[in-house]
Parts: sequence; structure tokens; C-alpha cells
Amino acid sequence: MTDLTQAQVRERIEQRLGSRHRKEKLFRGLGIASIAFGVFAVLLLFTDIISKGSGAFVQTAVQLEITYDPAVLGIEEVNEESLTWANFTGVVREALRARFPDVSSRSEKRELNTLVSTGAPFTLRDRLQANPELLGKTETLWFAADDDVDTFVKSLDDSAEGFRGRTSDQMASWVQSLKESGQLEKRFNTTFFTNGDSREPEQAGIRAALVGSLLTLLVTLALSFPIGVAAAIYLEEYAPKNRWTDLIEVNINNLAAVPSIVFGLLGLAIFINFFELPRSAPLVGGLVLTLMTLPTIIISSRAALKSVPPSIREAAMGMGASRMQVVLHHVLPLAMPGMLTGAIIGMAQALGETAPLLMIGMVAFIVDVPGGITDPATVLPVQIFLWADSPERAFVERTSAAIMVLLSFLIVMNASAVLLRKKLERRW
Amino acid sequence: MNTMTLEATGMTAPAKPQTLENETVDSQIKVRETVGAPFCDNAKLKMRNVNVFYSETQAIHNVSLDIGRNEVVAMIGPSGCGKSTFLRCLNRMNDTIEGCRVEGDLTLDDEPIYGPKVDVVPLRARVGMVFQKPNPFPKSIYENVAYGPKIHGIASRRAELDEIVENSLRRAGLWSEVKDRLDKPGTGLSGGQQQRLCIARAIAVSPEVILMDEPCSALDPIATARIEELIDELRKNYTIAIVTHSMQQAARVSQRTAYFHLGHLVEVNDTETVFTNPQHELTEAYITGRFG
Repeated sequence: MTDLTQAQVRERIEQRLGSRHRKEKLFRGLGIASIAFGVFAVLLLFTDIISKGSGAFVQTAVQLEITYDPAVLGIEEVNEESLTWANFTGVVREALRARFPDVSSRSEKRELNTLVSTGAPFTLRDRLQANPELLGKTETLWFAADDDVDTFVKSLDDSAEGFRGRTSDQMASWVQSLKESGQLEKRFNTTFFTNGDSREPEQAGIRAALVGSLLTLLVTLALSFPIGVAAAIYLEEYAPKNRWTDLIEVNINNLAAVPSIVFGLLGLAIFINFFELPRSAPLVGGLVLTLMTLPTIIISSRAALKSVPPSIREAAMGMGASRMQVVLHHVLPLAMPGMLTGAIIGMAQALGETAPLLMIGMVAFIVDVPGGITDPATVLPVQIFLWADSPERAFVERTSAAIMVLLSFLIVMNASAVLLRKKLERRW
Repeated sequence: MNTMTLEATGMTAPAKPQTLENETVDSQIKVRETVGAPFCDNAKLKMRNVNVFYSETQAIHNVSLDIGRNEVVAMIGPSGCGKSTFLRCLNRMNDTIEGCRVEGDLTLDDEPIYGPKVDVVPLRARVGMVFQKPNPFPKSIYENVAYGPKIHGIASRRAELDEIVENSLRRAGLWSEVKDRLDKPGTGLSGGQQQRLCIARAIAVSPEVILMDEPCSALDPIATARIEELIDELRKNYTIAIVTHSMQQAARVSQRTAYFHLGHLVEVNDTETVFTNPQHELTEAYITGRFG
């Protein structure tokens, strides 16, 4: 090769300069485009969910004048039994008939009865049981409207016609009349946050699923974090590097890629069939999700341990610290932020997991809010699945609302993890 | 007994090379025995026929050396000659390296350093170590110095611990600079201060021997001078083995100097003799700067 003069070299460099700059710009542009696409997708998702789901946070309510007539109720003497079994449905019907006195035919009456939620009599029962002195008196109360009415009323905001669906002309005129007299309005839907699941959309709430998710995640965290961290510490700090540990490492990586439904089947076979743990329980759900999140936590914890500078280990060892002291006093505090990140990724996965929980019966229709880890329960993603599958139109908005609750749960969890990590993070 | 036979290389003593260029020196001169005085009467540490292997590679070939009480022994030699490996045998820091195997007899006050019954925890409390790169714990200055006494249960009361911390920092010449910020992180100090903190941390457990692995290689000349003064000061109470790349440093701080070459101990002698009148041609080549 011939020697180039400095001028020649400079000329060659300058020739290529233009194309280098173009490539640089293209490279940067690609990055920006990718981020823009991501932001666009997230925005699309959020607008869709929020526009569909925000309706579920309000509920149409109907005001009725209720008379606790002992004759209608069929109460002769006040005791617990008579208060429990009294005819509250009749009282609600009487109140509706009193509001619309010109309804006479049998079919019209039957239709009128469906104006308010079928949960109304239970509300009355609870009230009267708490205050027996109300017997014979009259009071004005708000009741949740039936879900078809609710859907119709909410659709009136979008168009003058509104979405009729199963709502008849007759019902529409009653709604109009109630609206004009101020006896029908949209109120904040507390039921959604206080109730469990229900076949009636206006009585269905997210609380049972929320508590179920919380309990399941607590079990998962309590098991998978200590086990995962202990396994990672052993593999990283104690285990000799040989064929066995290589095999274990390969298997852990494989486990991370196993479809989650397989873990569900495993849980069904082992925890429920063999150990006879209760079905549909957060305990079993937590155990199954532990199996699923363990590989994630082990892998990220090992990476966190590996990233601790060896000089810290040497310093501690040179001081005569035992292996356990080196790990507990020096390595673990420095690796903790990384471990927490792994744990939170695992927990987020576990929170959104549906398939394995279907296998262990957490898909059952459960109305009660679980009180412990052995009570039957369902979780948020399964609840979303159940509602998305329900035919009633009012469940559409509740499905989106449940997704919003799930996402908020996720955001709160991630935010607290980030805060915790910031607090623990130390420089070296 | 001033000389001893090292690994037989199967070659006769080489003819003196015509030119001592970097590439030819290693291949032409074979080390057969240690020249000079590897042993002393008042030995604190005795090493006999030490061989160290990393998996299949042999890093140290049949090295025998004594380190006397209250003496500073400097170990010099080109990079990769095994001086750090040898130093790390003395408090068994090599145990942590996968595949590292140490053979030979090493004793501290005539007690074996290696062996199935030896516990490394008390051994490392007796043989402290200062590393090449200052590596204070990411904790406060106080915690750094107090860590050793704490884990070994040396101080029973807080006041006692405070005293140990203060004395150690004073001996390391750091007390006046940090006494007002003992609760500040040790990692926030300057490089030279960090290294003195590491020395204070090492002497807080009152070791008998201090091993220093190029303690000044990451420091500026002023910080280096301070550490060197400190080493001279510490010699009154401790036995010190120091690995260094700086021949001036070896000449300044040590009483005896050992020259390593490719895993062999070539020459050991009084520092003055090594630097003014080296007996082996490799030593001479190294100290006159012809390679290394």
C-alpha cells in the first residue's frame, strides 16, 4: 500500500462525512419513530379503555317513596325472623305503583317492576333490620336502576334517541317522567367498589376480585421473593461451577419460558389433587404464581449479585468476614435494588396472569369478598375475563372499568417499588 | 544456605545474550535457582516450595521465602510475574478464585496457613490486606473502620469501639482530616484518603501482618508519599509485605526486596544490595529498565 499524504487522507475523510451524517440522522430518527409508535399505542389503549370504562363509575339511581306497611310486608310481630322474611319486594312494587298510578295492565305492571334493580328489596331489608322503628313509616330513598335502564339513560347523553336495546317505549316514557320530576339521576357508583361479582351488572363490583388479587399476590411475594433470593445467593456465591450447576441454570432459564397454563395444570395436579388444598383459593393461586415468577426473580437476582463489584467482596473477605457476613453485610444491600426490580417485574406478571388461575378454579362465580387466603376468590384479570364474556350490555363498561382498576393497581405497585429502590440505592 | 535449587528446566546455564532486548530476555535466560538470601532468622512468615496453579497453568514455581518480624519486604517484577498471586497466598485470598490450587508449606509463627483444620476467618484477622484499588465499603467512615472489630467481636462497648476507630485512623494519618465527618460515606473521600481509610480498616483488628498489593498504583505522588511514610511508621508494630511496580518505592520503604520473574523467585536480598549490586542478570536487566 502506498503512503497517503495528509491532504489525501483528509480528502477521503471529508468525502465520507456527508453519508456518515445522513446515517447518524437516520439512526436517531428510527429511535424517535419507535418511541413515538410506543407512545401512540399506549395513548390509544388508554383513551379506548377510559372512554369505555368511565361510565361504570356512575350509576343511574331512581328515587322512590317507600312505605314500610306492615300489611304489605306481612309482619305481625317484630322479630328477627319476620324482618328477614318479610315481603320487601311488595313494598318496592307498591312504591313504583304509587309513583305511576295509571299503570293498570298486568304486563305493564310486570314491566314497571323491572325499573329498579332486583337488589332494591335487600337494601330495604338491611335498613329495616338496622332500624325496626321505621315500620309503618314512610321515607324517600334512592335505588339503583336496572342495568337496561342504566344503559339507556347513559346512552341519552350521546344521542337524543339513546340506545334502546331491551328497553320498551313504555319504559322510556317512565324514565322521561322520572327525569322531569328529578327522581332519576346519575350518582357515583359506590357499589362498584364495595360489592363482589353479581349476575346483575348494577350490583356487580370489583372489590372481591381486588381483595382476591391482593391476597394472591401477598402469598406469591411472601414465597417467591425469599426462595428466589436464597436460590440466587446460593447459586452465585456458594455453588461450585460444575455440570450440575450448569444444568440447574439451563433449567431455570427453561422454566422462565414455560407457558403459564402448564403451571396451572401442575398446581391442579399437585396442590389440589394431591395435597387437597381448597379450590379457587388465593393460597393455591399464590403457590402456582410462585412457581411461575421464581425463574424471573432468580435470574434477575443473580444478575444483581453479579453486578456487585468484586472489590467489595474482597475487602470484606480480607477483613476476615465469613461468607455469610460478606453476603449479608455487603453484597445483599448493594444487590437489593436490582433484586427488587426483578421481583416487581415478576409480581406485575403474576398480577396479570389469568390462564393458570383458570386451571385451579379461580374462575368460579364468587360473590363474597374473600376474608382469607383459603376462602374462594377470584382475581382482577379473571374478573375482566368473566365480565367480558357476559351478555349484558352494562358489563361492557364494567369490563373496561375493571381494566382501569387493574392498571392503577399495577401503577401503584410499580411506583412504590421505584420509590423503595431509590431509597435503598447506594453508590460505590 | 543462601541459594536453593528451583525447578530444573533441563537447560544448561545460558550463554550471556549479546543483546538484552525485551523479546529475547524471557526466552533465553532460564531461572534455575533463587540467588541472594531468601531466609532469615527472625521469620514471621515462612514459605517453602510454594507452587500455585490456576487450573492447568502454573503461576508460581517452587518459591521459598521468609518474611521477618517488623520488616518490610517488597516484591517487584514485571506484570504477570506472579507477585500478587504469591502475596494472596499468605492470607488465602486465592481460595476465592475458581480453580486455584496452592501447594507447599506456608506457616505463620510456625502454624500452618493451609490445611483442613485451619479456619480462614482468624487467619485473615491476623493477616490483613490492603488492595490495589482503594475499596472502602459504601458505608460511613466510622462503619468502615469499625467493621472488623465488630465482626470479630473485639470491642464490647461503644466507647471501646470509638477508641479503636480513633486510634486506627490516627495511625493511618487520617484522623485530623476526617474526625468531623465520621458519619459521611467513605466513598466520598479522595483516592489517597480512601487508601489510608483502607489501611485504617486493616489495622483496626490489630493484625500481625499487613499485605499490600500495589497500594499506591492509583494514587498521585503526594498521596503516595504519605502512604510510604505511613508504611515506615507501621513497621514498628507490623510485618509488611508489599507488592509494587515502582522500584523507587521498593527502595524507599523496604528492608528486603524480592524479584519475581515469570512465576520464579529470581533474587532476594537486602534492598540496597538488590538495587546497587544485583546478582542475577534478570534482576539487573529489570532494575536498569531494560524490560518490564
